[in-house]
Amino acid sequence: MSSILQVRGVERRFDSTLALQATDLDVEENDFITILGPSGCGKSTLLRIVAGLDRPTAGEVALDGRRIDGPGADRGMVFQSYTLFPWLTVRDNVCFGLRERGLARAQQLEIADGYLAKVGLGGFEHHFPKQLSGGMQQRTALARALANQPRMLLMDEPFGALDHQTRELMQELLLGIWEAERTTVLFVTHDIDEAVFMASRVVVMSARPGRIKLDRAVALAHPRHYAVKTTPEFTALKAELTEAVRAEVLAAQTARA
Amino acid sequence: MKPLVPVAPGTRIVLGVAFFVVFVAAWCVATFGGFVQKTFLADPLLMLRSGWTLLAQMGFLGDIGMTVWRVLGGFVIAALIALPLGVAMGAYKPVEAFFEPFVSFARYLPASAFIPLLILWAGIGEAQKLAVIFIGSFFNLVLMIAVIVGNTRRDLVEAAYTLGVGDRSLIRRVLIPGAAPEIAETLRMVLGWAWTYVIVAELIGASSGIGHMITDSQALLATDQIIFGIIVIGLIGLVSDLAFKWVNRRLFPWAQLGR
Repeated sequence: MSSILQVRGVERRFDSTLALQATDLDVEENDFITILGPSGCGKSTLLRIVAGLDRPTAGEVALDGRRIDGPGADRGMVFQSYTLFPWLTVRDNVCFGLRERGLARAQQLEIADGYLAKVGLGGFEHHFPKQLSGGMQQRTALARALANQPRMLLMDEPFGALDHQTRELMQELLLGIWEAERTTVLFVTHDIDEAVFMASRVVVMSARPGRIKLDRAVALAHPRHYAVKTTPEFTALKAELTEAVRAEVLAAQTARA
Repeated sequence: MKPLVPVAPGTRIVLGVAFFVVFVAAWCVATFGGFVQKTFLADPLLMLRSGWTLLAQMGFLGDIGMTVWRVLGGFVIAALIALPLGVAMGAYKPVEAFFEPFVSFARYLPASAFIPLLILWAGIGEAQKLAVIFIGSFFNLVLMIAVIVGNTRRDLVEAAYTLGVGDRSLIRRVLIPGAAPEIAETLRMVLGWAWTYVIVAELIGASSGIGHMITDSQALLATDQIIFGIIVIGLIGLVSDLAFKWVNRRLFPWAQLGR
């Protein structure tokens, strides 16, 4: 397997605070990497740098060997906040990137309706975002990002604002889509269950200044059923990660005190 | 009554109408009751009768037409220039830094104070009337549009970038459509201000228009006609406001959701 994304010595300083310190990460094609860490550890910063929405103060990120110096359609992103365009219907939101590429309307609609069906929103094409629940908005945002056929999907705690039950369903939905399409995913979260359940690799970051502390492959077989969460393999990995994250949360608290 | 609890639609209309009734009743008592001299305040019936005479025999409809034309003319010119400039200022911070201090200064200049100068420069013709309205509305419009566009949610901008838009596309497909409903509301508000400027412009050096009729009536101490003129302005303002609101709601149904 070849790595499609290389993060090399990436560092991010905000004024005098070092948020992210010399970080290296290689992402293989078809990887589903979840990034865990205490809040303020720079995991979102790292993701935003990969997206091109933020710039590293040192180091560089390359996608397919080309240095990233700004956002682009090759890295689709789903945000924690609801970022559907409120003036566009669900369908036109999903068409947004396709229209930008100049695709014919018929082709746009075919692709958009296909992805809306995949995220279970067939029949909601003509709704406006404000008429949807939070979970449905995030499913639309996922369809919008996937419709663009990006090389990578970047997700910044996309289910963070949802209630627990909806979040679990969203995890299954995303995992199902990934198992079918194998789009490379970089997924930031602070939910350990979520991180283990969907990932092929889990990365734990340290308290600020953030750096990668632990990198574990998740050997659970696919397709994964939600019942996998109660298996001994799952529980053992979860216990190890819980310890690792907890140590960092405590470190972050001591540093603040 | 409890604070912030909404009122039923029927009750709302009844209450709104009730104030007009109370107002006219007080006016009737003051005039028919002989508490106020006719020279200072005409009674409602006399006002209606002279209003009818104005409309039927003295060509007041023509005056109304002139005034409406001036308001719309000055306002449309101001809006046509303010829209692109405001959007450019909202989107590009150097453009804003260049214009903003001057516009902020200019918007406090009272439009009516320019009338003597404008008469000197543009005479007492239509250009002068349009210029007063332009000055009164343009600077406020530019500034408010710039603020609205500048307040575009940053996460929407970022989402658009990750979907592959460039800067021009961002302005056309995100900044403008996102700001449109608020800009339309601003236009509606500033149109209301334009109505106050037009009357001031017509009070000085005009040979037609509602303001001109009011100045003429002042010379004759015809308070009935003056009041009729003022009420006509109020009514036209109310109608144009309602029409604007209706159009905004039809144009931007999505902005009404979740309110």
